[in-house]
Amino acid sequence: MKRVFPILAVLTGLLLAYAFYEAIWVAPMERTMGDVQRIFYYHVPSAWTAFLLFFVNLIASVIYLIRKNAKADAVAVVSAEVGVVFCTVVLVTGPIWARPVWGIWWTWDLRLTTTLVLWLIYVSYLMLRRFSDSSQTPKLAAVLAIFGALDVPLVYFSIWFFRTQHPQPVIGGGGSIDPRMLHVLLINWLAFSCFAFLLSWARYRLEWLQREVEEAQALESLLGDGLAAPTRAPLDKTSSRTGPQ
Amino acid sequence: MNSIKFLYAAYIATWLIHALYLGTMVRRYSRLRQQKKNLGTGGK
Repeated sequence: MKRVFPILAVLTGLLLAYAFYEAIWVAPMERTMGDVQRIFYYHVPSAWTAFLLFFVNLIASVIYLIRKNAKADAVAVVSAEVGVVFCTVVLVTGPIWARPVWGIWWTWDLRLTTTLVLWLIYVSYLMLRRFSDSSQTPKLAAVLAIFGALDVPLVYFSIWFFRTQHPQPVIGGGGSIDPRMLHVLLINWLAFSCFAFLLSWARYRLEWLQREVEEAQALESLLGDGLAAPTRAPLDKTSSRTGPQ
Repeated sequence: MNSIKFLYAAYIATWLIHALYLGTMVRRYSRLRQQKKNLGTGGK
Protein backbone atom coordinates (compact mmCIF):
# COMPACT_ATOMS: atom_id res chain seq x y z
CA MET A 1 0.00 0.00 0.00
CA LYS A 2 2.87 2.37 0.86
CA ARG A 3 4.32 1.91 -2.64
CA VAL A 4 1.00 2.19 -4.48
CA PHE A 5 0.15 5.64 -3.09
CA PRO A 6 3.21 7.51 -4.51
CA ILE A 7 2.75 5.81 -7.89
CA LEU A 8 -0.92 6.83 -8.00
CA ALA A 9 0.02 10.34 -6.85
CA VAL A 10 2.49 10.73 -9.74
CA LEU A 11 -0.02 9.34 -12.27
CA THR A 12 -2.73 11.67 -10.95
CA GLY A 13 -0.34 14.62 -11.14
CA LEU A 14 0.42 13.79 -14.77
CA LEU A 15 -3.28 13.38 -15.54
CA LEU A 16 -4.09 16.74 -13.91
CA ALA A 17 -1.30 18.41 -15.91
CA TYR A 18 -2.63 16.85 -19.13
CA ALA A 19 -6.19 17.89 -18.26
CA PHE A 20 -4.96 21.46 -17.64
CA TYR A 21 -3.17 21.47 -21.02
CA GLU A 22 -6.34 20.24 -22.75
CA ALA A 23 -8.50 22.84 -20.98
CA ILE A 24 -6.24 25.78 -21.83
CA TRP A 25 -4.77 24.95 -25.24
CA VAL A 26 -6.80 22.17 -26.88
CA ALA A 27 -10.46 22.91 -26.09
CA PRO A 28 -12.00 25.27 -28.68
CA MET A 29 -12.81 28.80 -27.59
CA GLU A 30 -16.50 29.44 -26.92
CA ARG A 31 -17.82 32.14 -29.29
CA THR A 32 -19.76 34.39 -26.91
CA MET A 33 -17.87 34.01 -23.62
CA GLY A 34 -14.31 33.65 -24.91
CA ASP A 35 -11.57 32.32 -22.61
CA VAL A 36 -13.59 32.72 -19.43
CA GLN A 37 -15.69 29.73 -20.50
CA ARG A 38 -12.63 27.55 -19.76
CA ILE A 39 -13.42 27.96 -16.04
CA PHE A 40 -16.15 25.40 -16.85
CA TYR A 41 -13.43 22.67 -17.08
CA TYR A 42 -12.63 23.13 -13.38
CA HIS A 43 -16.07 24.22 -12.12
CA VAL A 44 -18.21 21.37 -13.50
CA PRO A 45 -15.82 18.45 -12.69
CA SER A 46 -15.43 19.85 -9.15
CA ALA A 47 -19.23 19.88 -8.77
CA TRP A 48 -19.60 16.32 -10.07
CA THR A 49 -16.80 15.14 -7.76
CA ALA A 50 -18.43 16.86 -4.77
CA PHE A 51 -21.76 15.16 -5.61
CA LEU A 52 -20.00 11.79 -5.86
CA LEU A 53 -18.33 12.29 -2.47
CA PHE A 54 -21.61 13.32 -0.84
CA PHE A 55 -23.18 10.18 -2.30
CA VAL A 56 -20.37 8.10 -0.74
CA ASN A 57 -21.05 9.95 2.53
CA LEU A 58 -24.75 8.98 2.30
CA ILE A 59 -23.98 5.29 1.68
CA ALA A 60 -21.39 5.18 4.49
CA SER A 61 -23.80 6.93 6.88
CA VAL A 62 -26.60 4.47 6.13
CA ILE A 63 -24.18 1.54 6.64
CA TYR A 64 -23.06 3.08 9.93
CA LEU A 65 -26.66 3.48 11.14
CA ILE A 66 -27.45 -0.16 10.28
CA ARG A 67 -24.24 -1.91 11.35
CA LYS A 68 -22.48 0.59 13.69
CA ASN A 69 -19.35 -0.05 11.65
CA ALA A 70 -16.43 2.24 12.59
CA LYS A 71 -14.90 1.99 9.11
CA ALA A 72 -18.15 3.22 7.54
CA ASP A 73 -18.16 6.10 10.03
CA ALA A 74 -14.59 7.00 9.05
CA VAL A 75 -15.48 6.86 5.34
CA ALA A 76 -18.45 9.15 6.03
CA VAL A 77 -16.26 11.78 7.75
CA VAL A 78 -13.60 11.61 5.04
CA SER A 79 -16.02 11.86 2.10
CA ALA A 80 -17.87 14.78 3.70
CA GLU A 81 -14.63 16.69 4.32
CA VAL A 82 -13.17 16.17 0.84
CA GLY A 83 -16.62 16.85 -0.64
CA VAL A 84 -16.74 20.21 1.15
CA VAL A 85 -13.33 21.10 -0.34
CA PHE A 86 -14.62 20.40 -3.87
CA CYS A 87 -17.92 22.18 -3.17
CA THR A 88 -15.87 25.21 -2.00
CA VAL A 89 -14.08 25.18 -5.36
CA VAL A 90 -17.50 25.20 -7.08
CA LEU A 91 -18.72 28.14 -4.97
CA VAL A 92 -15.53 30.13 -5.63
CA THR A 93 -15.08 29.46 -9.36
CA GLY A 94 -18.79 30.00 -10.11
CA PRO A 95 -18.85 33.69 -9.12
CA ILE A 96 -15.48 34.27 -10.86
CA TRP A 97 -17.11 32.99 -14.06
CA ALA A 98 -20.37 34.89 -13.41
CA ARG A 99 -18.75 38.33 -12.97
CA PRO A 100 -17.62 38.79 -16.62
CA VAL A 101 -20.52 36.78 -18.12
CA TRP A 102 -23.54 37.93 -16.07
CA GLY A 103 -22.03 41.20 -14.80
CA ILE A 104 -22.62 40.13 -11.17
CA TRP A 105 -20.73 37.93 -8.74
CA TRP A 106 -23.77 36.27 -7.21
CA THR A 107 -27.54 36.03 -7.57
CA TRP A 108 -30.03 34.18 -5.37
CA ASP A 109 -30.82 31.83 -8.24
CA LEU A 110 -32.18 28.38 -7.27
CA ARG A 111 -29.06 26.48 -8.41
CA LEU A 112 -26.68 28.83 -6.64
CA THR A 113 -28.74 28.98 -3.45
CA THR A 114 -29.23 25.20 -3.17
CA THR A 115 -25.48 24.70 -3.74
CA LEU A 116 -24.71 27.18 -0.95
CA VAL A 117 -27.21 25.37 1.32
CA LEU A 118 -25.55 22.05 0.44
CA TRP A 119 -22.15 23.46 1.41
CA LEU A 120 -23.56 24.84 4.68
CA ILE A 121 -25.17 21.48 5.57
CA TYR A 122 -21.89 19.60 5.13
CA VAL A 123 -19.90 22.30 6.95
CA SER A 124 -22.35 21.89 9.88
CA TYR A 125 -21.86 18.12 9.62
CA LEU A 126 -18.08 18.60 9.97
CA MET A 127 -18.52 21.06 12.84
CA LEU A 128 -20.73 18.55 14.63
CA ARG A 129 -18.05 15.90 14.19
CA ARG A 130 -15.31 18.26 15.32
CA PHE A 131 -16.86 19.90 18.38
CA SER A 132 -19.24 17.32 19.86
CA ASP A 133 -17.80 14.78 22.32
CA SER A 134 -20.99 12.78 22.82
CA SER A 135 -20.99 9.05 22.02
CA GLN A 136 -24.14 9.77 19.99
CA THR A 137 -22.27 12.15 17.63
CA PRO A 138 -21.63 9.61 14.83
CA LYS A 139 -25.31 8.61 14.87
CA LEU A 140 -26.52 12.23 14.83
CA ALA A 141 -24.02 13.07 12.08
CA ALA A 142 -25.19 10.08 10.01
CA VAL A 143 -28.81 11.31 10.23
CA LEU A 144 -27.70 14.84 9.28
CA ALA A 145 -25.77 13.37 6.32
CA ILE A 146 -28.94 11.67 5.06
CA PHE A 147 -30.81 15.00 5.17
CA GLY A 148 -27.84 16.72 3.50
CA ALA A 149 -27.83 14.17 0.67
CA LEU A 150 -31.46 15.05 -0.07
CA ASP A 151 -30.21 18.46 -1.23
CA VAL A 152 -27.93 16.91 -3.91
CA PRO A 153 -30.74 15.95 -6.36
CA LEU A 154 -32.37 19.32 -5.65
CA VAL A 155 -29.13 21.07 -6.70
CA TYR A 156 -28.68 18.88 -9.76
CA PHE A 157 -32.25 18.99 -11.06
CA SER A 158 -32.94 22.63 -10.14
CA ILE A 159 -31.87 23.72 -13.65
CA TRP A 160 -33.91 20.94 -15.29
CA PHE A 161 -37.24 21.73 -13.71
CA PHE A 162 -37.05 25.46 -12.96
CA ARG A 163 -36.22 28.51 -15.03
CA THR A 164 -32.89 29.71 -13.59
CA GLN A 165 -30.09 32.05 -14.61
CA HIS A 166 -27.57 29.21 -14.39
CA PRO A 167 -26.69 27.59 -17.77
CA GLN A 168 -28.53 24.40 -18.72
CA PRO A 169 -26.87 21.00 -18.06
CA VAL A 170 -24.29 20.04 -20.69
CA ILE A 171 -25.18 16.35 -20.56
CA GLY A 172 -28.93 15.67 -20.85
CA GLY A 173 -31.42 18.42 -20.09
CA GLY A 174 -31.75 21.36 -22.47
CA GLY A 175 -28.06 22.16 -23.02
CA SER A 176 -25.65 21.01 -25.72
CA ILE A 177 -21.88 20.89 -26.04
CA ASP A 178 -19.23 20.59 -28.77
CA PRO A 179 -17.81 17.00 -28.71
CA ARG A 180 -14.25 18.37 -28.32
CA MET A 181 -15.35 20.36 -25.26
CA LEU A 182 -17.10 17.29 -23.85
CA HIS A 183 -13.88 15.28 -24.31
CA VAL A 184 -11.87 17.90 -22.35
CA LEU A 185 -14.58 18.09 -19.69
CA LEU A 186 -14.52 14.30 -19.16
CA ILE A 187 -10.70 14.22 -18.98
CA ASN A 188 -10.80 16.93 -16.32
CA TRP A 189 -13.49 15.05 -14.41
CA LEU A 190 -11.38 11.88 -14.50
CA ALA A 191 -8.34 13.82 -13.27
CA PHE A 192 -10.27 15.51 -10.44
CA SER A 193 -11.92 12.21 -9.46
CA CYS A 194 -8.49 10.55 -9.18
CA PHE A 195 -7.26 13.53 -7.16
CA ALA A 196 -10.31 13.29 -4.86
CA PHE A 197 -9.67 9.56 -4.41
CA LEU A 198 -6.07 10.22 -3.39
CA LEU A 199 -7.09 13.00 -1.00
CA SER A 200 -9.71 10.70 0.53
CA TRP A 201 -7.21 7.88 0.89
CA ALA A 202 -4.71 10.13 2.69
CA ARG A 203 -7.47 11.61 4.86
CA TYR A 204 -8.77 8.11 5.74
CA ARG A 205 -5.33 7.11 7.03
CA LEU A 206 -5.21 10.35 8.99
CA GLU A 207 -8.64 9.59 10.48
CA TRP A 208 -7.45 6.18 11.69
CA LEU A 209 -4.28 7.69 13.15
CA GLN A 210 -6.42 10.26 15.00
CA ARG A 211 -8.68 7.53 16.40
CA GLU A 212 -5.65 5.46 17.46
CA VAL A 213 -4.13 8.43 19.28
CA GLU A 214 -7.45 9.30 20.99
CA GLU A 215 -7.92 5.71 22.09
CA ALA A 216 -4.33 5.45 23.33
CA GLN A 217 -4.74 8.71 25.26
CA ALA A 218 -7.97 7.44 26.83
CA LEU A 219 -6.26 4.16 27.73
CA GLU A 220 -3.26 5.95 29.19
CA SER A 221 -5.40 8.24 31.33
CA LEU A 222 -7.46 5.26 32.52
CA LEU A 223 -4.32 3.25 33.35
CA GLY A 224 -3.01 6.28 35.20
CA ASP A 225 -6.18 6.27 37.28
CA GLY A 226 -5.84 2.51 37.63
CA LEU A 227 -2.48 2.91 39.39
CA ALA A 228 -4.16 5.05 42.00
CA ALA A 229 -7.15 2.71 42.28
CA PRO A 230 -6.07 -0.83 41.32
CA THR A 231 -9.54 -2.34 41.69
CA ARG A 232 -10.82 -0.50 38.60
CA ALA A 233 -11.42 -2.67 35.52
CA PRO A 234 -9.08 -2.16 32.52
CA LEU A 235 -10.38 -0.34 29.40
CA ASP A 236 -12.32 -2.56 27.03
CA LYS A 237 -11.07 -1.37 23.64
CA THR A 238 -14.11 -2.76 21.81
CA SER A 239 -16.49 -0.62 23.86
CA SER A 240 -15.68 2.51 21.86
CA ARG A 241 -18.05 2.85 18.93
CA THR A 242 -16.08 5.64 17.33
CA GLY A 243 -12.66 4.07 17.83
CA PRO A 244 -10.96 1.61 15.45
CA GLN A 245 -12.37 -1.92 15.54
CA MET B 1 -14.27 41.04 -23.06
CA ASN B 2 -11.04 40.95 -21.04
CA SER B 3 -11.83 37.63 -19.45
CA ILE B 4 -8.39 36.05 -19.25
CA LYS B 5 -7.74 37.46 -15.77
CA PHE B 6 -10.93 35.78 -14.52
CA LEU B 7 -9.75 32.50 -16.01
CA TYR B 8 -6.40 32.82 -14.21
CA ALA B 9 -8.18 33.82 -10.99
CA ALA B 10 -10.47 30.75 -11.10
CA TYR B 11 -7.64 28.29 -11.79
CA ILE B 12 -5.37 29.84 -9.14
CA ALA B 13 -8.24 29.87 -6.60
CA THR B 14 -8.93 26.18 -7.28
CA TRP B 15 -5.35 25.12 -6.63
CA LEU B 16 -5.03 27.48 -3.67
CA ILE B 17 -8.04 25.80 -2.01
CA HIS B 18 -6.57 22.33 -2.64
CA ALA B 19 -3.12 23.46 -1.44
CA LEU B 20 -4.62 24.90 1.76
CA TYR B 21 -6.48 21.67 2.40
CA LEU B 22 -3.33 19.60 1.80
CA GLY B 23 -1.47 21.95 4.16
CA THR B 24 -4.01 21.35 6.94
CA MET B 25 -3.74 17.58 6.40
CA VAL B 26 0.07 17.68 6.64
CA ARG B 27 -0.14 19.81 9.80
CA ARG B 28 -2.68 17.45 11.41
CA TYR B 29 -0.54 14.43 10.46
CA SER B 30 2.60 15.98 12.04
CA ARG B 31 0.68 16.83 15.22
CA LEU B 32 -0.78 13.33 15.52
CA ARG B 33 2.60 11.67 14.88
CA GLN B 34 4.08 13.81 17.64
CA GLN B 35 1.21 12.92 20.00
CA LYS B 36 1.65 9.23 19.21
CA LYS B 37 5.38 9.50 19.84
CA ASN B 38 4.76 11.26 23.17
CA LEU B 39 2.32 8.52 24.18
CA GLY B 40 4.96 5.92 23.42
CA THR B 41 7.45 7.65 25.72
CA GLY B 42 4.90 8.26 28.48
CA GLY B 43 4.34 11.89 27.51
CA LYS B 44 8.00 12.90 28.10
